[in-house]
Amino acid sequence: MIDTARLISRRKRQDMIFNVLGIACLSLGIVTLGALIFDLAADGMSRVNWQFLTSFVSRRASQAGVLSACVGSLLLMLVTVGLAVPMGVAAGVYLEEYSRRNWLTTIIEINIANLAGVPSIIYGLMALGVLVHTFHMGTTLLVGGITLALLILPIVIVATREALRAIPNGIREAAYALGATRWQVIKDHLLPYSAGGIATGTIIAMSRAIGETAPLVTIGVPTFIAFLPPAPFQSHFPFLTFKWLDSPFTVLPIQMYSWVSRPTADFQRNAAAAGLVLIIMTLSLNAAAIVIRYRLRKRIKW
Amino acid sequence: MSAGLRSSEAPSASSSAAPARIDVPPAASGLMLGPGKRYWKDRIIRQVLQLAALSSIIITTAIVAILLVESSTFFRQVSIWEFLTDTQWTPLFANSHYGILPLVAGTLVTTGVALAVALPVGTMTAIYLSEYAPFALREIIKPALELLSAVPTVVYGYFALLFVTPLLQKMWPDLPTFSMLSAGVVMGIMIIPYVSSLSEDAMRAVPMLLREGAYALGANKMITSIKVVYPSALSGIGAAYILGISRAIGETMIVAIAAGMKPTFTLNPAQPAATITAYIVQVSGGDQPHGSVGFKSIFAAGLVLFLMTLGFNILGHILRKRFREAY
Repeated sequence: MIDTARLISRRKRQDMIFNVLGIACLSLGIVTLGALIFDLAADGMSRVNWQFLTSFVSRRASQAGVLSACVGSLLLMLVTVGLAVPMGVAAGVYLEEYSRRNWLTTIIEINIANLAGVPSIIYGLMALGVLVHTFHMGTTLLVGGITLALLILPIVIVATREALRAIPNGIREAAYALGATRWQVIKDHLLPYSAGGIATGTIIAMSRAIGETAPLVTIGVPTFIAFLPPAPFQSHFPFLTFKWLDSPFTVLPIQMYSWVSRPTADFQRNAAAAGLVLIIMTLSLNAAAIVIRYRLRKRIKW
Repeated sequence: MSAGLRSSEAPSASSSAAPARIDVPPAASGLMLGPGKRYWKDRIIRQVLQLAALSSIIITTAIVAILLVESSTFFRQVSIWEFLTDTQWTPLFANSHYGILPLVAGTLVTTGVALAVALPVGTMTAIYLSEYAPFALREIIKPALELLSAVPTVVYGYFALLFVTPLLQKMWPDLPTFSMLSAGVVMGIMIIPYVSSLSEDAMRAVPMLLREGAYALGANKMITSIKVVYPSALSGIGAAYILGISRAIGETMIVAIAAGMKPTFTLNPAQPAATITAYIVQVSGGDQPHGSVGFKSIFAAGLVLFLMTLGFNILGHILRKRFREAY
């Protein structure tokens, strides 16, 4: 005779153990994230102050700061997003709204999926070989921006396509019925409705680009930059200049990398502080993306 | 909707106002800007957008071309046989050896350690989120877990070197300051979300019917998850695993910071060794003159890395396609 009650209770116990194991695995990731932030804060919190944020790099750890790295990161993001968003949105719109199913479209799609899987350092090698050495553009903000823009292009394209796909066909058909051309439909209807989704994807892509180190080290971004790029505004006509695009730069992750590589505890404290600034930037970008996505989901009911 | 517009694209360019244009009635053409202008504007915009889409092909071509061109000059100086069989990699020394094996071994060992962490933990996380977790918990936990892959890798490198390594050294006092073990463990935690989120999608796509069948036969949730849901979602889960593998192979900063920079031919994870990516970062950061063997060697190493990840990407693509077709 099988003792059913015992069998059932054993199965239930088994299931509960499995459940607990699941929670343990889940917590491993979350706990690690917590430990990482706590560790950075414990090591670096004492260094994050106004002096640190407004000083240039220095050979003395206690006087060093991240001013040039912060400005460099922000300007680099400006270039990256300025290049990646128009190109990515254009490519996404083409693939979703214009292209017909043919071999070229299939190749483009497979290609984009593959580009998303290429390690970031390969983009660095490409930029080093093509932009820095073949076109002699030097390691400028423009080259860094192009490198990262190419890196995040697949993310922007995929986000654009998903946002467009979520718009019901009735919207398009209604506009066509009123005599709109395809471009008018896209410009007046599809792009405004998909703006939230595209913005979310772009912010996620930015949070990846702002922490990206390997491709920038590969193209030779220096660590010791004790000046700021020329300001984009000037007092005389035409008031805007793009000289800063040609300026050498450094960014936060590279600054942090150079400090981690130094064996002294003082510099490692600086590294922790730079990491803290960096992680606050990426986490707030991600939080912004989550908020936008959440509000979008609540607001839009087709 | 598109039939009318497409027919307007068909006639030859010169006859923009010709009667062949059936989509715009003659009366309307006098009223508005004129169909010709609208037609051309749409046409030009289409070409511009297509150019943007084609740029992705240009990027791939540029990547492949520069890797092949620079590597081919490298292989004019170094035989492919030596490259693939020599067990030393010392391109910058006077007595130079060009064997890629130590770098490949370093890459495989760190990847192996990372997978030993990420695959079981990621899979269990996916099973828990898909089969066990209440809705509210899942809504909170998923974005939090995604943050793991949003943390900059240089920060993970710091964490591996200055937090995980000292922690592991408490258990194994012999562990050196730089080790593939601690770099691999941290890398594994970083790729958990890659593994878990795609696996979870695959498991949630398994029809409820299959689970109900298992429950009807008296299986509990654990048996159902392991014997029914997991095998049914296997191709999707496989794609998730492969994404994780290809991330781990291409990961750079964690290994560059925490696993050491010296190419060593060893399969022992408790040793320091350089990976392909760490070598590229080390040498290109060290300002090699353009055209030197050291400079070309990073492209040869990059080519090997590119081929490795390409292979896994293609495999993952095939698996994902199968997973989409399954139900």
